Amino acid sequence: MPINVISSGISTTVQDMGRPGYYHLGIPIGGAMDRLALRAANLLVGNAEDAAGLEAVFLGPELEFTEDAIVAVCGAHLPPKVDGELRAPWTSFKVNAGQILSFDFLQGGARAYIAISGGINTPKALGSRSTYAAGALGGINGRAIQPGDELPLGVGSSVKEGREVPENLRRGPGDPAEIRVLPGLYWHRITEAAQVDFFESTWQVANEADRMGYRFQGGKKLEFVDRVPPFGAGSDPSNITDACYPYGSIQVPSGTEPIVLHRDAVSGGGYFMLGTVISADMDLIGQLQPNGKAQFVKVDMETALMARRDRLGQLNQIRQIME
Amino acid sequence: MNSRYSHGGDEHIFVEVDEEMSLEAFFKSLSMTKAVRAANIEGVTEICPANASYQIKFNPDIIHPDDMMKELKRLELQTVDAEPVLDTRIVEVPVFYQDPWTHETLLRFRDRHQTPEASDLEYAASINGYETVEAFIGAHSGAPWFVSMVGFVAGLPFLYQMLDRDRQIQVPKYLRPRTDTPKLSIGFGGSFTSIYSVRGAGGYQLFGITPMPIFDPEQEIPYLENFMVYFKPGDIVKFRSIDREEYDEITAEVQAGRFVPRSKNVVFSLKEFEADIDGTNAKLMEALYAN
Repeated sequence: MPINVISSGISTTVQDMGRPGYYHLGIPIGGAMDRLALRAANLLVGNAEDAAGLEAVFLGPELEFTEDAIVAVCGAHLPPKVDGELRAPWTSFKVNAGQILSFDFLQGGARAYIAISGGINTPKALGSRSTYAAGALGGINGRAIQPGDELPLGVGSSVKEGREVPENLRRGPGDPAEIRVLPGLYWHRITEAAQVDFFESTWQVANEADRMGYRFQGGKKLEFVDRVPPFGAGSDPSNITDACYPYGSIQVPSGTEPIVLHRDAVSGGGYFMLGTVISADMDLIGQLQPNGKAQFVKVDMETALMARRDRLGQLNQIRQIME
Repeated sequence: MNSRYSHGGDEHIFVEVDEEMSLEAFFKSLSMTKAVRAANIEGVTEICPANASYQIKFNPDIIHPDDMMKELKRLELQTVDAEPVLDTRIVEVPVFYQDPWTHETLLRFRDRHQTPEASDLEYAASINGYETVEAFIGAHSGAPWFVSMVGFVAGLPFLYQMLDRDRQIQVPKYLRPRTDTPKLSIGFGGSFTSIYSVRGAGGYQLFGITPMPIFDPEQEIPYLENFMVYFKPGDIVKFRSIDREEYDEITAEVQAGRFVPRSKNVVFSLKEFEADIDGTNAKLMEALYAN
């Protein structure tokens, strides 16, 4: 029995852990921008960690349940309500057939992950249910949910309400958010002074901040090392011969506004990149709001790998609690 | 050409074969990615060839990024002497140049263009020394093109013309990108032409439109039934100029599920090509149009 969508929020999409293996054809991995939050929400309701849930940006949807289910909401602080009564975040709760799940106003973060026991059971496209709107893939007809949609559910396991992820294992960005970056790629294209400026500037999240990428502004303009443009690159000093873009790579067209590519990244293009956000901090970017402050922090590979192990340790602790 | 290796965070390695675009650099990138695929390295999740570079994504919990880089360098040494020969196919793409839809779009974005008073084709023809737009279209649809990269968005091919540099077309991108481009527009930026697989933003000059779909997420079009993306790196493309009447005919054929792209398997040798560009291209045309 499906869930009926009464209202959809700003952009609520079906997401799982994405579809690796097609980036060389321009189809990005996609999936939850804050992976840990979706994994935690799935664990809370007894789903496989990579089951599909809903990713709601800034504003929650309104959903009518037609069967009893266990629900959990993790990530952004978007307080869930059942028939108008508040429920705790990062905690499993029951929604009975006929009840309405809705949300209060956003109190922090940007993206909330709604897991429902059984998981959302829309058809897979290239191995994933994740919605990739630019390519009309996954989700409901390749788009965000709309009022009137019916979301099919899989078969849930029997878990209890009231299971909780302890506060110390929840994660959100600080203020300013500290985003760790490994310099590289075309780092040598900017001057030494610009290399310092990039990390010393406090940046502000611009309005163009979505699943494809986050744009930042307000920092110092980056100056480039002089060169003769290579054949095929283009005349702007920030141009390169069109190349692949790593997830998390930071391009700075014309040296002014850095763009961090995220889960629905464009797979390639002609702008130089000065480095890459480490994998452990990608989740945090998905929780930044426009106008939020951010500081990029320069790290080396060993720090990046240690941070990655820390994140895995955090997830393992959540897994143990849920066992 | 000395490849430059860089870490792209803890999950990617980026290898720039050359700063400049050339068929030689593209072939090296393609043969490297083939070698990486054949090596079947545990932990590798994405292998992406690009114009003159390539990128690998991997799980650093399985293989340390430094070890991954060493492995790629070792594979590069192995492929140094590989003969640059490619088993591939040549595909004809019909193009309705100066069509009403891309024309309407380019008129909407004149304030972002180098020459607000001329069309994209008039601008491209003039800066490349062609007296007429028709002569320029003849050049664009003359020599064939290599698909040197697929990406940006789902299924969008970047194509590099198979000519010596002196005869290649070069056109700058728009001054500021457009927010709209019709699906299946033929675009041009730098030394690359492209086919916009989906509607969306874009900064390439707009020359025309093809009635031949190249991306079908529904996989309902018969020739995209097996896989939703038509092009892959290494494909060779020949554009053919068509008029409105033929555009409408092909569109009807596509809608009826009857259209099949003209395509032939060919073997391409970079050495033969470099020794005799026009002769090699003539042979490719013979192969494409032989029955």
